[in-house]
Parts: sequence; C-alpha cells; structure tokens
Amino acid sequence: MPAALSETWIVFSRAMSISLRNPVWVIFGVASPILYLVLFGPLLTRLPLTPGGNGASGTDAWQVFVPGLLVQLGMFGAAFVGFGLVAEWRAGVIERMRVTPASRTALLMGRVLRDAVVLIVQAVILVVAGLAFGLRAPVAGVAAAVVLTGLLGIAFASLSYAAALRLRSEDALAPLVNGIALPLLLLSGILLPMSLAPDWLRYTSMASPLTHVVDGMRELFIGSAWSATAIWGYVATAGLVVVGLAFGTATFRSRSA
Amino acid sequence: MTTDIRGTIEARGLTRTYRTRGGDIEAVRGVDLDVAHGEIVGFLGPNGAGKTTTLRILTTLIAPTAGSAVVAGADVARDPVAVRRRIGYVPQRGSTLDEALVSEELVSQARLFGLTRAKAVSRSQEVLETLDLSGVWQRPAKSLSGGQRRRLDIAMGLLHGPVLVFLDEPSTGLDPQARANLWDHIRSLREVHGSTVFLTTHYLDEADALCDRVLVIDEGRIVADGAPAELKAHVSGDTVDLDLTDGAQAGQAAALVSALLGQAAGEVTSAQVHQSGAHIARISFRAPDAGRLLPGMLRDLDAAGVKVSGLETRRPSLDDVFLSLTGRSLRDDA
Repeated sequence: MPAALSETWIVFSRAMSISLRNPVWVIFGVASPILYLVLFGPLLTRLPLTPGGNGASGTDAWQVFVPGLLVQLGMFGAAFVGFGLVAEWRAGVIERMRVTPASRTALLMGRVLRDAVVLIVQAVILVVAGLAFGLRAPVAGVAAAVVLTGLLGIAFASLSYAAALRLRSEDALAPLVNGIALPLLLLSGILLPMSLAPDWLRYTSMASPLTHVVDGMRELFIGSAWSATAIWGYVATAGLVVVGLAFGTATFRSRSA
Repeated sequence: MTTDIRGTIEARGLTRTYRTRGGDIEAVRGVDLDVAHGEIVGFLGPNGAGKTTTLRILTTLIAPTAGSAVVAGADVARDPVAVRRRIGYVPQRGSTLDEALVSEELVSQARLFGLTRAKAVSRSQEVLETLDLSGVWQRPAKSLSGGQRRRLDIAMGLLHGPVLVFLDEPSTGLDPQARANLWDHIRSLREVHGSTVFLTTHYLDEADALCDRVLVIDEGRIVADGAPAELKAHVSGDTVDLDLTDGAQAGQAAALVSALLGQAAGEVTSAQVHQSGAHIARISFRAPDAGRLLPGMLRDLDAAGVKVSGLETRRPSLDDVFLSLTGRSLRDDA
C-alpha cells in the first residue's frame, strides 16, 4: 500500500477514535437540520413548490425540502470543523505531525474522511426523520444523495481546515465561517426552491455551486439520476471537492509561517 | 535506519524575514551553526531573539528566506522528508490533544514513522517506561500532571529512535522539581539513547546545567558560542561588591580599586544600597579570579584607611555573559 494511503488511514483512525469518545458533536451537528425538518418542513407541505406539482400532494414538499437540508448539513456541518483544528494547532498536534515523514495530503485527508463519516451518519439520521414525516423517494436516489452530502463535507471541511490553519484563532475563524456560510446557504435555494424566486435572485443563485448541488439532489429524489440538472449537480460537487482539497493540502504543505 | 546517519547539524547563513504591514521583520539574520554528534547544545536567548524560528527552520517547519542547513545528513530544503524521518521534535506548547488517550497519541505517532501497529504499541510502552510514565496508557492526556505531560511530549519525539532530538523550551511552566527531573531525562537522551540534543531555552540555569555548548542568540544573530564555563571565563569575570563603613570614602575607594586592578576608573561603579535599615555605600566591579585578588586588595584598602564593612563576590553567570555581549540582561527580557 503506498505510504500516503496508510498514513491517511492512521490519521483517520486517530481522529475517528477521538470523535467516537465524544459523540455529543454528532448529535449537535444534526440538531439544526432536524429542527428545520420538524418545525419548518410541515409548513411547506401545502404549498405548491414545484410548477405543476410532482407526485402526490405533500410528498413533493419533502422531496424538495430534504435535499436542501442535506446540503445545509454537508456545508454548515463541515464548515465548523476548523475549530477542532485550531484546538489541535494550539495543542501542538499539527506541528508535531508535520515533523513526521507523513505526507501533507494524508494529514488533511485522514481528518476530512472522519468528518465525511460523521456527516454520512448524520445524513442518514436526517433522512430517516424525513421518512417519518412523509418523505417518499427512491432508495438508490437517496443513497446517492447521502454520498453527495459526504462529498460536500469533504470539500467544506478541507476549506474550513485551510482557513483554520491560516488564521490559527477561533476569534478570526468564526466571523469568516458565519459570514460566508449563511449567505451562501440562502443563495442556494436550500429552504425553498429558486424556481419561486424573481429572476434577479434566480440568476444570482446560479453563481453558487451549491444551487446546482441542491437541484441535482432534488433530481435524485424524484428518480432522475441522469438528467442534465443532476449531472450539473455531480459536476459542481466534484468541482467543490477538488478546490477544497487543493486549498487544504496547500495549507498543510505551507512552510511560510 | 542506516547506522551511518549522524545526529549533526550544519547551518550556513540561515535567514528568515517576515513581511508584515509594518515592514520587514528579520527574525533570523545569517545564523551559522555546527553541532557534532552526541553533543547537548543549548540555544540561549531572550524571547523574540529568533530561537524558535531557527529551530523551526532546522526541523523543516518553515523554509529559510536565505541560507542552507543540513540536519542529520539531509538538506532541509531539498529533502525535508528525510530530515523528518531522522529527527525527534518536542514542541514548546506540547504535542498531544487533551482529550486523546496517551495510547492513541503514541501509537498513531509511531505508526506515522512506519512502525506496524504491534511494534508501535510495544515501542510506545517501552519509551513510557524509560521516562517514568508507566500506568498512564489508557488515560486522557489532560489527566497528566505538567511534568508528566512534558515527558509524554518527549516520548512522542523518541518513538522512532531519532539520532537528533530538538526540544523547544522544554521546562517552561514546570515547577522546580519537575524541571530537575526533566533535566535528568534530557541527559539520558544522550547517555542512554546516544542522541544528539539541541534545545532552546531562555533559562540560564538550564543552559548551565545541561549543555556542553551554548549558542547565545540575540536579535537574530549568534553572539557567542562556547562551553558555559569557557564563556563565563573569557567574556566576563567575577562580580565583587564592597560595602564601605563610611560613604564619603566611596570615591577614594573606587579610585584605589581601579588602580589596583589596572582598569579605567569608569569600570568600578559605586552606588547607595539599602541594607538592614541603613544606607550603605557600595562599590562594585568585575575581576577575573576575584578569590585570589581580594585578600591583597583588602590589605591595600585597609592600609589606605578605607574601611570595608562587608564583601560579596559572585561567580559569573550566563546572564553576565549576555550582559557583556549585548548590554542587556537576559533576566529583564525574559
């Protein structure tokens, strides 16, 4: 096995075993989307959210809403992992690991894979809750959407780690994360589909890759895994992963400070 | 690991400049240093002198702006991975996460150096034994005392049997007993493990107690390089304080002492010192080997009618060395 893979596994195992001892964060991270599901979702079931409607009345609301929550989970949940890295930085763990032969990519990947695993568990909890509230969607589509959530998590966790390692301070990281995450979220048609938006907002939202990811997931939830919209969703996800990992690795590799 | 890897350092012209909004900061300015295998070398200087920056260049964490360094036989710029394989690094703020278990940190660290899981476990337990840390295996790192935590950090740096160990301010924040205990363990790195040790410190007693050789760094430059005893003997001298019964005699006493020492008058200082509820005139000066000089000097002062009521002499400290090299006290800066 090439060294980088086994090094990734070592970093992953350590991160995973530390997280498993502290499962509070798993619950904490999924609390927000669950609250939206339980307290906001039911408000949507009587609204005609898609032009012309799609499927039995009521179910189309969940098919539109749950993908949005999954993207919210994948993005917001992952965006905050940087705080954990700041703690590791303060404890000297990052410096210590950088003075080992381990590849810088492994130091990043081991951690983001742990974050992806946590996110996938949370995504499954969210979907099951959605099912309890009336979501009906093809199993394969939902499974694929959960995988996409994990991939989004990898992208945003990497970006969060990159920011955390450069800023090295919770006080600097918090405004950055909050300042970017919320507008991005709202701009991406997560709570309600952008098809309801006036033209200026809908066109602006096209600039956010997350819009395409949400729309792609909505296609998966109605069983159109290979439509043009769905494909754009996969491309956007892949693009985010590449950009995230590039920034993340570059920061771990940096020898300028 | 091949046996011909030696724990040596050769650095030439190391420079590190940081660009900030306020201008360029030259943290390290053309540092040259050589460390031979098996030495315990101390890098002594006040906070902000460039010790930690130099150390981070040598451990491949940051790249120098100019200059080169070959550490344990590998170039830090061209082959950093080889350097990392051969050195142990014990960072200043620690190296373990509070919530992690001692076993988790040690085993994952050992495995990152290529040990199998089984070897990593046995090696970790072995190193814990040698550092008096048996019984902490399953405990979270935060449950260890300050001294234990620091020894754990050292353990983390030794798992792969490095030829050269870097310690950054190892005894900062430890109580006196833990410090003394730590020093014993640092000495054993060389005695038992055969490693070269390079440590940074701003504590004079630590440099004195541990180091074969001390490199004094100030404002990014090396200002002295030698064994502690050597530095103290050549750069400075013993300090002598003479308290006078009659303060009015201070001027006369100072002139007489200067003449006896053959120094310029300005090097003998006089001051008013508060002692036992009264003001006493005290003259102070430096002289090499004061113990031999004083008996004759006191007889001469007595013969001149100068009454000396008290005397104190101190062997030079590294602070005196620092003071005579830079004009500042290490104590003031720390």
